[in-house]
Amino acid sequence: MNSPIRRLGLVAALLFFSVFASSTYIMFFQAKELYNHQGNRRTLLASYDRERGQILVGGDAVARSTATKDDLKWERTYPQGELYAPLTGYFSFIYGAGGGLESADDDLLSGTSDKLFYRRISELISGRQPAGASLDLTINPDAQKAAYDALGDQKGAVVALDPRTGAILAMVSKPSYDPNTLTSHNLNSVTAAWKQLNADANKPMVNRAIAGNLYPPGSVFKIVTSAAALESGKYTADGLVDAPRELPLPLSSKALTNWQNGACVSGKTRITLTQALETSCNSAFGGIGIALGGDALKSQAEKFGFGDTLRIPMRATASSVPAGMDKAQSAQAAIGQYDVRVTPLQVAMTSAAIANNGIVMRPYLVSRVLDDSLGVLDQTQPEQLSKATSSETASTVARMMQSVVENGTGSNARISGVAVAGKTGTAQQGNGRPPHAWFTAFAPVGASADQKQVAVAVVVEDGGSAGQEAGGNKTAAPIARKVIQAVLG
Amino acid sequence: MTTVSSYRPNTGRTVELLLLVLVTGIIMLAYANVGLAQTGALPTDMVTYAAGLLGIGLAFHIALRWRAKYADPLLLPIALLLNGLGLVMIHRIDFENTYEGVQAPRQLVWSALSVVFAIVVLVVLRDHRRLRRYTYTFMVGGVVLLLLPLLPFIGDPHYGSRIWIKLGPFSFQPGEIAKILLAVFFAGYLVQKRDVLSLVGRRFLGFPLPRMRDLGPILVAWAFSLAVLVFEKDLGSSLLFFGLFVAMLYVATERVSWIAIGLLMFVGGAYVAWLLFPHLQQRVQLWLDPFATGINQVSMGLMGMASGGLFGTGLGSGHPEITPFAKSDYIVASLAEELGLFGLFAILLMFVLIVERGLRTAIGVRDGFGKLLAAGLAFSVALQVFVVAGGITRVIPLTGLTTPFMSAGGSSLIANWTVIALLLRISDQARRPLAEVDEEEQAAAGAAATQVVKLR
Repeated sequence: MNSPIRRLGLVAALLFFSVFASSTYIMFFQAKELYNHQGNRRTLLASYDRERGQILVGGDAVARSTATKDDLKWERTYPQGELYAPLTGYFSFIYGAGGGLESADDDLLSGTSDKLFYRRISELISGRQPAGASLDLTINPDAQKAAYDALGDQKGAVVALDPRTGAILAMVSKPSYDPNTLTSHNLNSVTAAWKQLNADANKPMVNRAIAGNLYPPGSVFKIVTSAAALESGKYTADGLVDAPRELPLPLSSKALTNWQNGACVSGKTRITLTQALETSCNSAFGGIGIALGGDALKSQAEKFGFGDTLRIPMRATASSVPAGMDKAQSAQAAIGQYDVRVTPLQVAMTSAAIANNGIVMRPYLVSRVLDDSLGVLDQTQPEQLSKATSSETASTVARMMQSVVENGTGSNARISGVAVAGKTGTAQQGNGRPPHAWFTAFAPVGASADQKQVAVAVVVEDGGSAGQEAGGNKTAAPIARKVIQAVLG
Repeated sequence: MTTVSSYRPNTGRTVELLLLVLVTGIIMLAYANVGLAQTGALPTDMVTYAAGLLGIGLAFHIALRWRAKYADPLLLPIALLLNGLGLVMIHRIDFENTYEGVQAPRQLVWSALSVVFAIVVLVVLRDHRRLRRYTYTFMVGGVVLLLLPLLPFIGDPHYGSRIWIKLGPFSFQPGEIAKILLAVFFAGYLVQKRDVLSLVGRRFLGFPLPRMRDLGPILVAWAFSLAVLVFEKDLGSSLLFFGLFVAMLYVATERVSWIAIGLLMFVGGAYVAWLLFPHLQQRVQLWLDPFATGINQVSMGLMGMASGGLFGTGLGSGHPEITPFAKSDYIVASLAEELGLFGLFAILLMFVLIVERGLRTAIGVRDGFGKLLAAGLAFSVALQVFVVAGGITRVIPLTGLTTPFMSAGGSSLIANWTVIALLLRISDQARRPLAEVDEEEQAAAGAAATQVVKLR
């Protein structure tokens, strides 16, 4: 009977081997997936076990954990609630982390990031209570407040960038919400608040600056078209372009009209490119779009960052210019219509690139990662994302945009003593809804290396408080001006 | 016939003693770990527990020196280690507020009782072959024990399964004890019938088949295990009994056809049961997709193991209490969560060692009954661990069985310590040098040797 006993041993070995194999699969190969699986209570409890890192703006916490006496040792609070909600997001016991840095940098805040490996070891050895890392943001609190207040009760978004680094100085999205209502330990009130926020037609939990339904850019896209025209070598700032009263669209019964309902510059059918931008001349830019072709517009836009899904570290939806456009579509795209879609962040990046000699810097929100005694663990180094235009083209477009503010449609962005360059946009939505009002700008033009500089994009949805009377200069430019003043001081 | 020699065979008792001390140290380390993680201080009763644990081990050790000095030296320390680690884990989950309440003190008492019972078995049972005289008594005992939970008044259904009985304040799973009684019965019965079962038969397609009338025993065992499955809704025990019977049948007859027939019958029976019973369909569904019904016991167990990773959260630092039955059916997942993949491997390897030592005993012992019994008991441990751990790790659908020595529950402890006592008793015979084998045994061995007839 010995040989069947040996074979029985083999069977037993196989049985054990199958358990070894399956547990290795579960605990090693599948572990991360299971750990991050939705509804994993252990993951959530683990995040309440240690003090979560703070989110800091100018040295003040905009998100912090306070000790409690109940089962969950920590409660997350947001001292400035709505002002920073699109950036902080929420950290809820029921709904997890979401809506902003709370989820995008969850591993740093919770202290589980691989980047914190050495610190975890030192905590283990020294026996200190482990805590998550804190994030110090690039936000300028004055600019953030100015943008938030200037936008008032209107729906929309504001983004301000440092053109030379890509640091995000302000990012406001309205309507906003109070994340404190989602993080309390009173589970009934949290559930009620969650339901209400999700049912709200205005989508307060969407950060309009980087995500959501993207906006048609309207005339602010003419900055991209101008850059493409100059880069092509066929156009100059002072060279003349056709500016008819209306531009018939090829292979179509429609025509592009000017917002002035006539000539862009009275009595002239040919104007300079600078005049075309000053007057936001649709027929002139439509003609340029046909001449350059849709692909040239698309490729110029992509050099500005269109098509890139960025992480700031939140995911910013890619702006887009459609591929394979015919002449009529190219003419419409050149003035920011047809299917061109943008985020306010992308529009701000476009102005920032013009301000920064044509170089697009990668936008970022976290300047430093700090440990719990505020020692620096990591510092973000500014990084070039792409080169949008030559520095000659950039300075030419800069002068043209400056002329828009000084002589053209952007008069409400003027600041005495500061050279502001800007561009208005009024994106028609059709179907009788009021237009989106846009304004993007940077200042000062030609800043020296030791001078502060800022690029801004403002969008006010559905005309804001002005309704059908809204326009880029009337509605959005004053907001941009206040943000620029707040940054430049 | 034999000459007196000065050669003294190595009994391994000193190794056993050293291992017992080591095992006590490991368990106390784990205990200290839990105390530090949960309360921030060393448990105040550590010395008492260490002394108690070592005392239990020493008592058994002395009993072995006295009554079974050639017994395998690894079995006792391994069983004590597993028992101790199970206790620490139960104690650790007692810190959390679970509806099961505090169970460690009761488990400690049961552990001590079990060891005492095992010592009594070892001392009273001087020769395992005596059990053979009561072959059919064991059968009746085993069947009665298995069917007890079906009786009114004392049967105590829990969680959809009828495998508990209630006597006053005590709750008991008689199936655990039945496992041993039936193993003894199978061994006694098969050693008697093995020639008939293995030699007579026809060949079909080159495959030797037994006679129809010899199929009787396996049919009875099959029907019985299906009855357990259907009436007690206990897939785990059903699998265990039938697997044990088929394995012992194979060892007795050396015929693979029995395994093939047995597997076919079990798969067929299980399939029909699956068609008939929704709770089995649910088990299979959760086996194929653990998240099929959202978060449930299976997926919670998997998430627990995943949170342990390679090195575990550390004893006392995880959340094993989230998973239902964390101290009993799911103690393997609890241990995996806090001790990690490496800890789980170490624990499973301890079971591998018990099985290997048991099978080695079966090979070494000279009488057929002893061989069958040792092989059966050892394989039952392997099968039981596989059914539990394989169910938790999704090798097979989840069924409710206890993890030997570790799960909270008195009946399981008593049963498994008795298995250890029996294996120790048989291994004492297996490892005894020939010089000390008495004449009767030699005669028995001689008779066994002449019985080996192979016609093929």
